[in-house]
Order: sequence, then structure tokens, then C-alpha cells
Amino acid sequence: MLRLTAAIYEAMRTHGEETYPHECCGVLLGRSDGGVNTVEAAVRAANTRTDSAHNRYSIAPQELIKIQREGREHGWDIVGFYHSHPDHPAHWSSTDFAEAHWLGCSYVITSVAGSVARQTNSFLLTGSSEEAKSLEVEGIQITGKAPEYAEAEEALRSVPA
Amino acid sequence: MKIYIPTPLRVYTGKQDAVDVEAKTVGEALTQLTTLHPELRKQLYSDDGKLRSFVNIYLNDEDVRYLPEKDTTTVTDADALSIIPSIAGGTGRPGNRASRLLSVAPD
Repeated sequence: MLRLTAAIYEAMRTHGEETYPHECCGVLLGRSDGGVNTVEAAVRAANTRTDSAHNRYSIAPQELIKIQREGREHGWDIVGFYHSHPDHPAHWSSTDFAEAHWLGCSYVITSVAGSVARQTNSFLLTGSSEEAKSLEVEGIQITGKAPEYAEAEEALRSVPA
Repeated sequence: MKIYIPTPLRVYTGKQDAVDVEAKTVGEALTQLTTLHPELRKQLYSDDGKLRSFVNIYLNDEDVRYLPEKDTTTVTDADALSIIPSIAGGTGRPGNRASRLLSVAPD
């Protein structure tokens, strides 16, 4: 289970809209306890894959160290990551799976179509080792006031195809 | 010196987020770490003893792979090592951008 505020949820999706048609990426800081990753902050990171930013992302280890250090000052750990899939479903790709190494962390993916964030899903990287890992769908619990975009999304869904 | 452990590897360090070791070089520090916590070894190194490609070791803000003396680099108690698994991914779909452009092209 991924638990986060509506503001953080919205911030991740907005980031994906801003970087469209390129992939955005960021780090989720918070606490992990009893199978629940609770996010206290989403930190934007630079996508270093400038050679192929429309279908790849990578976060520089140096930036991860800096974010991790900032998190420690608040008593937070890295509990997950987020990125966007421009014009692609919000499901992990083979590349996402191959490059996922943070066991126990949440990998949040938002599909963005035409600069508009659509579906957001979270996947937990489970398993005891690199050789036995898997990405499994996990629930997202949004706390706090529902953001306005939720109403807008609902309106979009109600439009006949 | 301190060695910071990333969240996924803390299961092998008794949930410690940092391990203190006494070492004169980066290599000594890592050896001490895996001696104290042997199960970490196979998480950090492949069968041929090389650091796994997705595992980054940073001495303060420097990637140890790119230090002139690599793991023989000398360290002091004031230094810190960080173990950072890489983070990357993406749709990886070739032609993704092209298909996007086609999708908005006029009929």
C-alpha cells in the first residue's frame, strides 16, 4: 500500500504534464512500516537520459545521495520513485522491471497523453533478491482533501467515447 | 567511518541505516561491512566478485568507480560511503515519440 496526500499525488502528476512529451522522474521520501510506504515528500529529480527522454529516465546517483541526505534530516527514507509514461499506459515496462532494484520500494507510474495526466498506478518491488524480484500492483491511499483534478477526471470518464 | 545502507538492503543489516567501520581504504571498509553482515555480499557482488553493475558506491559525493585509486582510495573517520542502487526505466518503446507525432498529424 502506498499512502500519500492529495497534494503529493497531484504534484507527481503535474510534473509529468510539465515534462511531456518527455518522461519525468522523482523520489518519494517517507516511512516504510508493515507493508505500507507512507510518503511525506515527493522530490523532483532531473532525468539524465536527455538522449532519449521521451521513453527513458534515469536519476543520477549523486542526486539520489543528496535527496537521501535531505530526507535523513527529517527522519525520512527513500520509500519509492515516480516517473511518467508519455503516450503509454501506466503499467511497468520491461525496461522499468529490468532497472528496478530498490526492493520494498514503490514505483509510481503516471500515463500522460497530450500533456494531460491520465492513470496513475503504483507497483511494489517485492522479492528477497535481484534474481527473485517482481513488480506487483499496490493500492494507493490518498489522504487529505481531494484535488480538483479528480472531479475533472471523473467528468472526462463520463464523456461517451 | 559510516557506510550508509539503502532501504532495500537494511534487511541484511538488522534494519540499521548506517554501519560504522574502521578502515583505511574504501575496499577495507566494504570488506568489513560484508564481514559484519555476510548476506550483503551476494547483494552487492556478482559470483565473480565484481560489484554488480546496478550498485553504485559513493565516497562522499564521488563515484568510487571513477576515483583514480578506486577501492584503494584512503579514507578517514570523517568520510562516508553510500551504497546507492541505480534508478532508471521508462517505456523503452522505440518510436514512441514518432507514434505520438503521427497521432496528432492531420488526416
